[in-house]
Amino acid sequence: MTARLAPLALAALAAALPLLPGVPAFWVTLGSYVGIAAIVALGIVVLTGVAAVVSFGQAMFVGFGAYTTAILTTRYGWPAFATLPVAIAITGLLAWGIGAITLRLKGHYLPVATIAWNISFFYLTGSLDFFRRFDGISGIPPIDLLGFSFSDPVRFYLLTLAALVIFVAITRNLLDSRVGRSVRALKGGVIAAESFGVDTGRARILAFVYAAILAGVAGWLYAHFQRAINPSPFNITASIDYLLMAVAGGVGQIGGALLGAALVTIVRDKLQDVLPLLVGTQGNYESIVFGFVLILILQFAPEGLWPHLRALTGRRVARAHPAQSAAEPIRAERTDLAARREVLRVEALRKTFGGLVAVNDLGFSVAQGEIVGLIGPNGAGKSTSFNLITGVLPASGGRITVMGQEVGGWPARRIATLGVARTFQHVKLVHGMSVIENVALGSHLLGRAGAIAGSLRLDRAEEAGIFAKARRQLERVGLAEQAETVASELALGQQRLVEIARALCLDPLLLLLDEPAAGLRHAEKEALADLLRRVRADGVSVLLVEHDMDFVMGLTDRLVVMNFGAELAQGRPAEIQANPLVVEAYLGSAA
Amino acid sequence: MDLSIALILLQDGIVNAAIYALLALALVLVFTVTRVIYVPIGEFVSFGALTLAALEAGRVPGTVWLLLIFGIAAAAVELWSLRQGGSGRRIVGCLLRNVVGPAIIAATVALLAPAKPGQLVQVLLALAVTAPLSLVLYDTVYRPLANATVLALLIVSVALHFALVGLGLIFFGAEGSRTAALSGASFTIGPVFVTGQSVAILALTAGLIVALYLFFDRTLVGKALRATAVNRLGARLVGISPLFSARLAFGLAGLIGALGGILVSPLTTIYYDTGFLIGLKGFVAAIIGGLVSYPIAAGAAILVGVLESYASFFASELKEVIVFMLIVPILLVRSYGTTVLEDEE
Repeated sequence: MTARLAPLALAALAAALPLLPGVPAFWVTLGSYVGIAAIVALGIVVLTGVAAVVSFGQAMFVGFGAYTTAILTTRYGWPAFATLPVAIAITGLLAWGIGAITLRLKGHYLPVATIAWNISFFYLTGSLDFFRRFDGISGIPPIDLLGFSFSDPVRFYLLTLAALVIFVAITRNLLDSRVGRSVRALKGGVIAAESFGVDTGRARILAFVYAAILAGVAGWLYAHFQRAINPSPFNITASIDYLLMAVAGGVGQIGGALLGAALVTIVRDKLQDVLPLLVGTQGNYESIVFGFVLILILQFAPEGLWPHLRALTGRRVARAHPAQSAAEPIRAERTDLAARREVLRVEALRKTFGGLVAVNDLGFSVAQGEIVGLIGPNGAGKSTSFNLITGVLPASGGRITVMGQEVGGWPARRIATLGVARTFQHVKLVHGMSVIENVALGSHLLGRAGAIAGSLRLDRAEEAGIFAKARRQLERVGLAEQAETVASELALGQQRLVEIARALCLDPLLLLLDEPAAGLRHAEKEALADLLRRVRADGVSVLLVEHDMDFVMGLTDRLVVMNFGAELAQGRPAEIQANPLVVEAYLGSAA
Repeated sequence: MDLSIALILLQDGIVNAAIYALLALALVLVFTVTRVIYVPIGEFVSFGALTLAALEAGRVPGTVWLLLIFGIAAAAVELWSLRQGGSGRRIVGCLLRNVVGPAIIAATVALLAPAKPGQLVQVLLALAVTAPLSLVLYDTVYRPLANATVLALLIVSVALHFALVGLGLIFFGAEGSRTAALSGASFTIGPVFVTGQSVAILALTAGLIVALYLFFDRTLVGKALRATAVNRLGARLVGISPLFSARLAFGLAGLIGALGGILVSPLTTIYYDTGFLIGLKGFVAAIIGGLVSYPIAAGAAILVGVLESYASFFASELKEVIVFMLIVPILLVRSYGTTVLEDEE
């Protein structure tokens, strides 16, 4: 429990700082700067640490907030607090627009584009009269709420601290919600998340806008603290400073942002005092020191300093999801299971990679409540077919019909809405998330709660239902004990079972399993076969790729055999075993 | 604006574009081989120019000290990695490369600098001091991170850029320098006054691009570099050393950067931090080429240079905004072409 109380104790200690005897007034001012920087760095944790989007433009968003309030208060006489919602709205809208344009960029393009945005913003504010050019805007009033003024440094410090505490709480809530899981899945789990109905593009924009809004609020605070602004503190160098804070502290955790903001702000202040004494002349010494410190941190502690600090004080305590009974969400479309019908029809399906024909005019169908095996030698095109059916890869030709609906050209997340769930040949679990959170990702389409409900904890009833369902599915695959384990710590066979539990969480009508039994022991395979028979009894259709022939022959109703991308044979397991073509494909011809 | 102004602007733009094209080529080269976005390329522009300026003044340039310092640092990093079971040969090789080599270069420059040798010798000396700096920086900073993600490497690049700018201020001071023109000749073609320097820049850039083309297309080493760029693991499996490829790419990039600085410094005053913006514009061009295509990057450099030139005439204050916002529509077009799902690192 102490780990739970530690953040509260830390906040109380920070709040008591100005009251302690002998604390110089300057520390309080420095504390305000730390708080403002920490709010920006907190946004970077969500954006870079969680959503894996690197931005070199956060100072620009700080500038959006600062300039909004500076212009509204000095030119139009708005009271400071009235500008806060406007600052948030403007920063959020601009971030959404910028994100919509730039976030589609992959990998390194995005950070580079943010550099371009930030430099443009700097020159724009520096050369337009509207922003008072490089002179900047002065005479910004202090924050004043109903006659209570925050011009006093101690009061301002406490206000900053309160804002920081609120944002830490909101960030924690957001990450521990339905939307938060989709944002967390961005780090290495994009395909899996899309296959369960998550719009990962929206999740990226959400993280971008959220980080920008935090920066905007920090800018609003900054403007009223400094009482005068100019373009310099919002330049690319400042953006890199914020990134340095987050990376140095540990971009993966909230605590890292706070630690990094404090360390960098305080060390910079000390360096500015000490370095000129040591080296003599005035110069840009701190940028040299910071540059090399950042390089050393990335070389020796790429996770940042926070995890190392944590290692000294004990294990990290994640928010657990205790078992509790709650109404599980269900898919509305499940009700018409009684009608026996065709769930999947594949006609003349084709996929070429350059000159290689990976899938060659494949055709088969799966009826409701049927287990169909898709088998064939390695490289026959089985997993590619799975990717085509689920929309992970676009088909080169042919027709795929799911529940009577032609799905050609649909993205994976839309096909998932028809009740198609899958597992992957190469397990795709989100590394940092616990087993049960990974499974809960499967219920994404069954929930409604958005980002605001999540960050304000208005989603608890729905979340309880989602986790109750996730726990029940984990029990079905026999992994209830491992619910709170970090997913990547499980054995590979168990990770496959987690994927099956995740797929079951979608309430699928069609379940596609890619080598589900690989890595399982004999008893575990039997348990899995039993589970799949029960799933079939519920009316769910299963299409599975598997190399274990005992498993396949004992479980499936029908088999489709592929070789070199094309269909070789179809039929009941006994017929397939007797088919000379199949025997030849697997074992080679006797002659 | 009449035709003659338009032509003058065009000429200015194309001359600047040549420099951006050089830098874009270096950035594409380094990125394809090592996945590093070499942000500090701009510092090589500054350092190359300021080194030449110091030599012209008969002073020992500050880059000599930088080369020595980073050479020792590179040796320290490598010896640290060899602390368990490094063979004597490797230790000697490491010291020769990182300490003795830079020391010989430094000594040569220190001996020759006060004598103010001819311009060609000065240019060669400036290149000899500045380009190897890129090699020792690779060994010191990037090599220990060879397996890091593109993003971690990018952050490191940006950090190194800031450290180098700070070091530039210390070793070169805050005042800017201009160097003597490589060619004093000038002539007029119709309404346009053409300086020999402009011709020299274009000729050298074109020559370098052709040389790079021949190098990549005709030599075994160049083909090895290209192989590494296409498939690093595959190249390794057929016996191409990734370390060798990376060093070659960084060395070439340092050379190209320094050469860019030497070419541009007779046209504009170069300060310790001027290189960053020049480098960024090369970067815009490289990005337009997707960081993989040399011809598109070179073409984009011309677009950037000409656009900048006209922008500085019509809206000089918003020049930088216009140039950097050029990236947005282009990135948009590029990104709408691809919708394939991918898991990123």
